[in-house]
Amino acid sequence: MPGSTGVSAVVELPDPEGHGPFMEDRATTGRGQLGDRLFGGTARGAGLLVIALVTLIAVFLLSQALPALAQDKVNFLTSTQWNVDGTPLQFGIANLLWVTVLSSTIAMVIAVPLGVSVALFITQYAPAWLSRPAASLVDLLAAVPSIVYGLWGLQVLGTHMDGVQSLLQHLFGWFPLFKNTGVGAASTILTVAVVLSIMVLPIVTALSREVFAQTPTSHTDAALALGATRWEMIRTAVLPFGKPGVVSASMLGLGRALGETIAVMIILSTLADGSPWSWSMFNGGETFASKIANNAAEFDSPKKAGAFMAAGLVLFLLTFVVNAMARVVIERRKAFVE
Amino acid sequence: MTSTEVTSDSTLNAMRPRGSEAGFDHRSGPRALRNELARIVMWTAFAIAMVPLVWIMWSVVTKGGTMLLDSNWWTHSQRGITNRVVGGGAVHAIQGTIIEALVTALMAVPVGVMTAIYLVEYGRGRLARAVSFTVDILTGIPSIVAALFIYAVWVTVFGFQRVAFAVCLALVMLMIPVVVRSTEEMLKLVPNDLREAAYALGVPKWKTIVRVVLPTAFSGIITGVLLGLARVMGETAPLLILGPYTKNIATDLFGGLMPTLPTMINQDRTEVLQPAVDRVWGAAATLILLILVLNIAGRLVSRLGAPKT
Repeated sequence: MPGSTGVSAVVELPDPEGHGPFMEDRATTGRGQLGDRLFGGTARGAGLLVIALVTLIAVFLLSQALPALAQDKVNFLTSTQWNVDGTPLQFGIANLLWVTVLSSTIAMVIAVPLGVSVALFITQYAPAWLSRPAASLVDLLAAVPSIVYGLWGLQVLGTHMDGVQSLLQHLFGWFPLFKNTGVGAASTILTVAVVLSIMVLPIVTALSREVFAQTPTSHTDAALALGATRWEMIRTAVLPFGKPGVVSASMLGLGRALGETIAVMIILSTLADGSPWSWSMFNGGETFASKIANNAAEFDSPKKAGAFMAAGLVLFLLTFVVNAMARVVIERRKAFVE
Repeated sequence: MTSTEVTSDSTLNAMRPRGSEAGFDHRSGPRALRNELARIVMWTAFAIAMVPLVWIMWSVVTKGGTMLLDSNWWTHSQRGITNRVVGGGAVHAIQGTIIEALVTALMAVPVGVMTAIYLVEYGRGRLARAVSFTVDILTGIPSIVAALFIYAVWVTVFGFQRVAFAVCLALVMLMIPVVVRSTEEMLKLVPNDLREAAYALGVPKWKTIVRVVLPTAFSGIITGVLLGLARVMGETAPLLILGPYTKNIATDLFGGLMPTLPTMINQDRTEVLQPAVDRVWGAAATLILLILVLNIAGRLVSRLGAPKT
């Protein structure tokens, strides 16, 4: 299996540094030197532009959010109010943070085990003729636009969520997380989470699949030679080897789930201002992204827009941390493999 | 039965390969059971993963597929058509989606390809690591954050109107990382022998990249561009913030409204009147079709033209 995907081949290739002397040994003709400097400079400039873009995002969001934050009369982190129309600005992100984190967490609870199992199926269990088509089919899920997920989630999947909701409430209704709040079953956080889990499934599967396929044959053969069943071989050889990849894949999926906008906005029913706080997954509400999108038409004053910029900034920081962690985990694995 | 017979029997059993498992299948009950269970779980997981895919495709095709068979759909806009009336088409939105995607690509592809060239051919040390890290961060940036950023620059700071070009700017940020990553992978696959051969002939480095490395990796770059296009065409969040919808055909990037398929869906998604509902699902089917075609084209190009190593 190793080497069957282009990516694993990339990992095995020597570093670009491997070019060795040629990196230094510029051609000696004057024309070549000028061309090299121009071309190399342009390439470097493009790289710097990318760094500048990410830096500018943080700078601009921060600079626009700060004036609004300075006028905020309630605690930005712990308040559940969102009142940006009146003169004393009162806005806090407690609600948004909870709904964002809860929906993404439930989505990951569903998507990670499923995605890992599917990746194992594709790399270890599927017959040879099925392996590639199966991978492409799962990848197709990533090609469905999020607005279609939203439409489908509300109008098709949502109509089937009643049964799930009443079953869960019947079993665990005593627990605050499962309390009935009277929101229609199609528009709850749980429905959003199910749709999000479908959206991140291809991300989790694709990366897990890649690392599982890279498991050294010596490891798997050794396990089998010692009399391990296939499942024991997977548990002792494939999963430990692929663990950093799975963690990293989950992080990337989480980043996607946290920032998903239109699907959440379509499905989740917004709550009236001053609704009581609820921990329930059967509640409505808004995530950072859906809050911003729902109010896109109202960015008329810089002050008002500033409040939403502040929410966007928090979302940016959240996804930044999650993605950076994914990167660190996979980097450490790379160092370990090489 | 003597003890020797038992031994030989079990030895024989152990040596006989059985089933598809290449190995020894003489195992104690619980272990064999767990193995079997795991196999069933993996097959079930795959079956479960296929449910939403089939279900979504089925919903979209049955609810919106028939709209695509009407020739008006591909030739007319929604101008003057109300929610109660059947008719009109989506050509205004299709056109808007394609225009915005192409303009985005025009800006994102050069930056993305040059960044990848920098990372593979020039980049060393801390700057290269920083660039690679920020590309990863850019990959994970939610589209709504990119849109907010462009809003902050375009509308709040410069005081411009919300126009299609601003949408393109936001989409550029989402497309760059896709192009960088796929180009980077392809450039790494180009064998060093080719570069060394060119250097040995005295060809300057930049010319080696332009004339030898890039052509070798060309199909992979095209694949990256197609996949990037597919990604930005399906994005909705930047359109909500920066690109209001209109029912008319519009081609002016700087002149206000430009309709697109996602905003066409968004416009009428809460309607209950059947003609409007049909058009919403028709637009969804059209959008999926466009994106699927790009995805399949991308895969074909990469399969047919992978660099020969």
